[in-house]
Amino acid sequence: MKKGFTIKKILINLIAFFVGILTMIPFVWMISASLMKTGESAKYPPKFFPSEVDFSHYIFLFQNLEMTRYFFNSLALALLVTMISLLFNSMAAYAFAKLRFGVKDKLFKFLLSLMIVPGQVTMLPLFLMLKQLGFINSYFGIIIPGMASVFGIFLLRQFMMSIPDSLIDAARIDGASDLKIFFKIIIPLSKSVLITLGIFTFIGTWNDFLWPLIVMTDSSMYTLPVALASLMGEHTQDTELMMAGSVITILPVVILFAFVQKYYISGILVGSIKE
Amino acid sequence: MKEKSNFWLVFLFLSPALSAILFFFIIPVVAALLISFTDFDIYSLGDLRRLRFIGFENYLKLFRDELFFKALFNTFYFVLVGGPLSILVSLFAALLLNSKLVKFKKLFRTIYFIPVVTTIVAVAIVWRYLYHPRFGILNYLISFLGINPVDWLGDPVFAMPAIIILAVWKNFGYNMILFIAGLQNIPVELYEAAELDGASNWFKFKSITLPLLAPTTFFTSIITMIGYFQLFAEPYIMTQGGPLNSTLSIVLYMYQEGFRWWNMGYSVSIAFVLFLIILSGTIIQFRYEKRIHY
Repeated sequence: MKKGFTIKKILINLIAFFVGILTMIPFVWMISASLMKTGESAKYPPKFFPSEVDFSHYIFLFQNLEMTRYFFNSLALALLVTMISLLFNSMAAYAFAKLRFGVKDKLFKFLLSLMIVPGQVTMLPLFLMLKQLGFINSYFGIIIPGMASVFGIFLLRQFMMSIPDSLIDAARIDGASDLKIFFKIIIPLSKSVLITLGIFTFIGTWNDFLWPLIVMTDSSMYTLPVALASLMGEHTQDTELMMAGSVITILPVVILFAFVQKYYISGILVGSIKE
Repeated sequence: MKEKSNFWLVFLFLSPALSAILFFFIIPVVAALLISFTDFDIYSLGDLRRLRFIGFENYLKLFRDELFFKALFNTFYFVLVGGPLSILVSLFAALLLNSKLVKFKKLFRTIYFIPVVTTIVAVAIVWRYLYHPRFGILNYLISFLGINPVDWLGDPVFAMPAIIILAVWKNFGYNMILFIAGLQNIPVELYEAAELDGASNWFKFKSITLPLLAPTTFFTSIITMIGYFQLFAEPYIMTQGGPLNSTLSIVLYMYQEGFRWWNMGYSVSIAFVLFLIILSGTIIQFRYEKRIHY
């Protein structure tokens, strides 16, 4: 009995370890190949580690291929979309959670029903609209459609509903205005869920591809994923260079995730709670 | 304190988000529907007088479009094979990390989850090289199992499976988190009672774990299906829809028609068919869930 238990334990830990290795191989190889000399990664049998560490591809990306610009575009857009949408979504969420008005439930249900419509349906009309407004190849082209999201409103509302009404009523009796209640009570109390949604939005905007590909046609406005896709066309053979570009794109979100895992994972779980 | 809130107050709080959703989501959806009944293309973009209302012509054309059927077939292949496979791998990983015997659970959970947060464009580029027929490590690794090199992305038979493998690797961590939460919600007493009756592990899994996980399985199936129907970046980066259109997806076809050839009316009708497919898929799953609900 005891022995069978130990073998089982070793076996199951080995499987867990093995799955972990399989999950990590693409990343390990990506980082490793990005540090190889040009051409070193295209050898048989494949090499897992560089013979000597070579940073030249990173330097080339930043010095000759405008990587700084793309990085800045991605960072600025992700930050702007995150901040604006957090403000707009939390205001709407507060109204749905705590204010009283006639059509509230119907309106909220209608909003939720919009989640079934895939974003691709809106892309062409939105493109034409933003073109009319002169927002193609501008940050507005990405910020405007990202200003509010039904999912964000839903997530924040679920949390704000759990804030006791007595807190709000007490503040009101003390003469606090609704704006003051919102900014001084609701927002600070919702800090954890705001961080969660903020991380979701930041990572989502950073990783987004189809919409930036459509709106940003001028190379100076590319985000990292669009720039990578375009580099792929010209530098298909430069494996090491493409891997360095991938590292630069992936690393910031992975580092962010490492620090804020707890919030991200709790967000997935809250988001899955059915009405 | 049950009286209604001041109208202007409600308006102030709701209007920023709701007007953004109205102008940049709802109106575009309605506009898309209208455009799908026209022959809006690059010529009418220059001169709107050339725009004609053509009724259901775009949708009828889709029925006769072999390339569209190819895209439809490929996308269903991806959803119907890749979706269940993703969920199985997620469930397997969740059971693994939920086992009392496994050490370093948190570390493994983080590692398994990392692909989920990474940029799909970047990982698709990495996998393109992993799949390289001569220098890719995948072929190198399977050569130890005695398997001959496979031209993963260059062979119409293997291109879609290659994309499915990438998608499973990229996404299993997400549903795994949901399954772990589902598993932890199952009362331990149920297993203890079954053990007293001498139940086997398989019996416990089949009769306790699976039925009680049904709500989680249902939720993960729906979100996975919705997400997988929108397949785009993987074929765009790795195969451009090839070889022989074997990885052309609905969204990739929509993108090419709309934003490469500027057949806008046609492109939008493709987007609407995608919407109808996702809607029907969701309704079917809800029906099915009602039937199996305990």
